[in-house]
Amino acid sequence: MDSIEQRVKKIVAEQLGVNESEIKIESSFVDDLGADSLDTVELVMALEEEFECEIPDEEAEKITTVQQAVNYINAHLKKA
Amino acid sequence: MTATWSTLNGQVALVTGASRGIGRAIAMELGARGARVVGTATSDAGAEGIQTALLAAGIDGAGIKLDVCEATDCANAISDIETRFAPVSILVNNAGVTRDNLALRMSDSDWDEVINTNLKAVFRLSRLVMRGMMKARYGRIINITSVVGAAGNPGQANYAAAKAGVAGLTRSLARELGSRNITANCVAPGFIETDMTKALSEAQRDALLRQISLGRLGRPEEVAAAVAFLASADAGFVTGSTLHVNGGMYMV
Repeated sequence: MDSIEQRVKKIVAEQLGVNESEIKIESSFVDDLGADSLDTVELVMALEEEFECEIPDEEAEKITTVQQAVNYINAHLKKA
Repeated sequence: MTATWSTLNGQVALVTGASRGIGRAIAMELGARGARVVGTATSDAGAEGIQTALLAAGIDGAGIKLDVCEATDCANAISDIETRFAPVSILVNNAGVTRDNLALRMSDSDWDEVINTNLKAVFRLSRLVMRGMMKARYGRIINITSVVGAAGNPGQANYAAAKAGVAGLTRSLARELGSRNITANCVAPGFIETDMTKALSEAQRDALLRQISLGRLGRPEEVAAAVAFLASADAGFVTGSTLHVNGGMYMV
């Protein structure tokens, strides 16, 4: 099974319509990958679906890079 | 060659306030064009009435009891519809109340009740259906406003404010959601033959008719036809607008 990082990158690529090879762990969705505010909301929705979790709005707002998404998922999945 | 409307086959429509009047006509029209229709009413009897009418017309759908001011009930209703049918792809915010009085005599509760039902609940239901529409990359939000939201009306400061508020809300939603192929529009009826206008006195009615170019009140079906257009694929490039259905009473 793919690592969490790979799964996150795959979703980011699908949602934002960018090539997976362009996505680095430190990439910012808005600044580096051209996401708008609605894209970031959708991205969180897609992450919630992939990892079967619910990300509260105040947490979702803090997820602005691939690394932050991976960190959140790691922290959250351990609890499950 | 006969003109054909694009059908609403495969769509799931939620129509609030569908037990009578304009809402009922909208529910039946969307159903007749192929949508599965869920209509809401505030009473069990109202919900049953919708269910019976849909069934009698061979429309797949349901009548449900829902107070649009109850946030939790709204959220549950939306997820129930998704489970039972599919995510809502057409939302018609029609439910509305009036608490008419001169502004000078209008109580805070008259104001709040109308704003809560006619404006806040519209926002809340719209927010609830957005997620599914964004995922589907398709959606139609149609809000029933009123000629008085644009023209103003003595005795209806609360109602006119709520309806004008909905128009602003709708234009903002149109801008926010346009990139996801979701349209948001208003249909603004003028005076239509419903229980709401039956409450008018004969003198009020006569005065009203003189202001209407077509010289009559509208029929609920004429509002429903406008809604059905905006709900269809034919209206794919119409968003953020208000379609006035008022017999020429007020022209913008």
